[in-house]
Amino acid sequence: MRNAVMDSLYQLATDNSDVMLLTADLGFGVFEDFSLRFPDQYLNVGVAEQNMMGIASGLAMEGKTVFTYSIGNFPTLRCLEQIRNDACYHELNINIIASGGGFSYGGLGMSHHATEDLSIMRALPGVTVLAPSSAWEAGMGVIALADYPGVGYLRIDKSIIEDPLLESEFQIGKARKLREGDAVTIISTGGIAVEAIKAAEELKDVGLDCRVLSMHTIKPIDVQAICDAFCDTKGIVTVEENTIIGGLGSAIAEVCIDMKFDVKRVVRIGMNDRYSSVVGGQEYLRGYYEMDKFAISSKIQNYFL
Amino acid sequence: MKMGTNELARRIRLHSLRMVNSGGSSHIGSVLSIADILAVLYGRILNIRPNDPKWDLRDRFILSKGHAGAGVYAALAEVGFFDISLLKNHYQDGSIFSGHVSHKGVPGVEVSTGSLGHGLPIGCGMAFAAKIDNKSHKVFVLMSDGELDEGSNWEAMMFSAHHDLNNLIAIIDSNGLQSMDTTEATLSLEPLVDKLRAFGWHVEEVDGHSHDDLAKALCVRSDKPTVVIANTVKGKGVSYMENQIAWHYKTPKDELFDQAIQELMSNSV
Repeated sequence: MRNAVMDSLYQLATDNSDVMLLTADLGFGVFEDFSLRFPDQYLNVGVAEQNMMGIASGLAMEGKTVFTYSIGNFPTLRCLEQIRNDACYHELNINIIASGGGFSYGGLGMSHHATEDLSIMRALPGVTVLAPSSAWEAGMGVIALADYPGVGYLRIDKSIIEDPLLESEFQIGKARKLREGDAVTIISTGGIAVEAIKAAEELKDVGLDCRVLSMHTIKPIDVQAICDAFCDTKGIVTVEENTIIGGLGSAIAEVCIDMKFDVKRVVRIGMNDRYSSVVGGQEYLRGYYEMDKFAISSKIQNYFL
Repeated sequence: MKMGTNELARRIRLHSLRMVNSGGSSHIGSVLSIADILAVLYGRILNIRPNDPKWDLRDRFILSKGHAGAGVYAALAEVGFFDISLLKNHYQDGSIFSGHVSHKGVPGVEVSTGSLGHGLPIGCGMAFAAKIDNKSHKVFVLMSDGELDEGSNWEAMMFSAHHDLNNLIAIIDSNGLQSMDTTEATLSLEPLVDKLRAFGWHVEEVDGHSHDDLAKALCVRSDKPTVVIANTVKGKGVSYMENQIAWHYKTPKDELFDQAIQELMSNSV
């Protein structure tokens, strides 16, 4: 995903000299070429995320389109108030890119596990929250955010998934179908879509042909896609490498309440209001915290078979 | 004839007192502390156009100690950004003139603040943008001394020196008092001049109530970012408020309000 993000940033920086990329001293081996090609559009501010967000705000007030970058929780939680007061309240075009979403840095421990960022960023008025499922979506997300008003948050992770490209259009706030099906709809956000697709393949064997949606934008959420899923299939299972409080599952549950749908037909999968305290690879941790293909598959069978 | 800065400072104090009194708000001591700094900035230093608040080449001013917003609203009204009669809305139900300075709907306010330690990083971004765009305007950030407890300021200090942002001027309202005690008793800032120099800044230290000294320091040219330590008296101009932490919180009412108005009407500060 990171390469796709970089390709898009190159394109944006080439087309518009007001596009700037700020990093808080992370991106070794990733930003060197960008910094050489666009020396006036690149800034490593040092290990100082609060200052980075203040600088980004000052630059954006002067007309720059700013992308900030760091990993895990650093570009969001470390400078949350700067995002809220400086960037959001002033309605600035600043887009925050966090790599290492969820358990991407699984071995590094709890400090590097980003498992609440989607919820926390979603709670801020004026923030568009994106967690693409594939490299293709990540690249398209960066391009889309550049022209999208207000503050954007793009979380990428280390998942590798071949985008089926059933739908070749990317639009902020519009879910993409990754797999057709009419039994149950699995809605995921971020690279964990790979587990959703695998689970759907397995469930075919027990007679459940599941639809899989990539809800790459959890704010604004695609209400129509949720309504369709409710009408066309038996229910919705949400999957996110994030706490189940306040993220994708909550967003969908909120839509269901607003639409007066039967919320008994909604099941949420994610971190169950806890911090991770064991380490391991991303796949291992998805299994450990019960959000991998086995967990998804067994939950769907329990609820809908 | 253009108003002198002494008269502007007196009017900022009087407006602020009335705003704080009628709205029942706090922080009058902080406003009185910076009234002279605001008067010098808005009366002599800032290159701004009240009838064109977003003029591209204007100097930028950020009040980082946003709790003294009443003083900025008063200064902006006095120099013509909006009608003075609007000041009476301060702190009233439904008003856009919040206790901590807000830019929404208020011409002339660049940045909304209120949480400390936000102004200087934003100023860094503005000053950096001016550099890369080859623009000659300056960015002024007025901070409190207590605010220096916030680590984000020191991140911004390092950044601005590293990038030679000599178009950035910070002013520290150094009245020696913060929320609960003196700055020294709370979290020692001294030796402040040495610290700021060590961070790569050009440091000026002046009497924060001397308009000529302030103006001179604010015009100093340097290759480095400049910080002006303005030694001030919290509550300056109202005898019973001077150097009293209580007036960070209390609202002057009744006889005390009348006395404050009386003192400011009769004395030239």
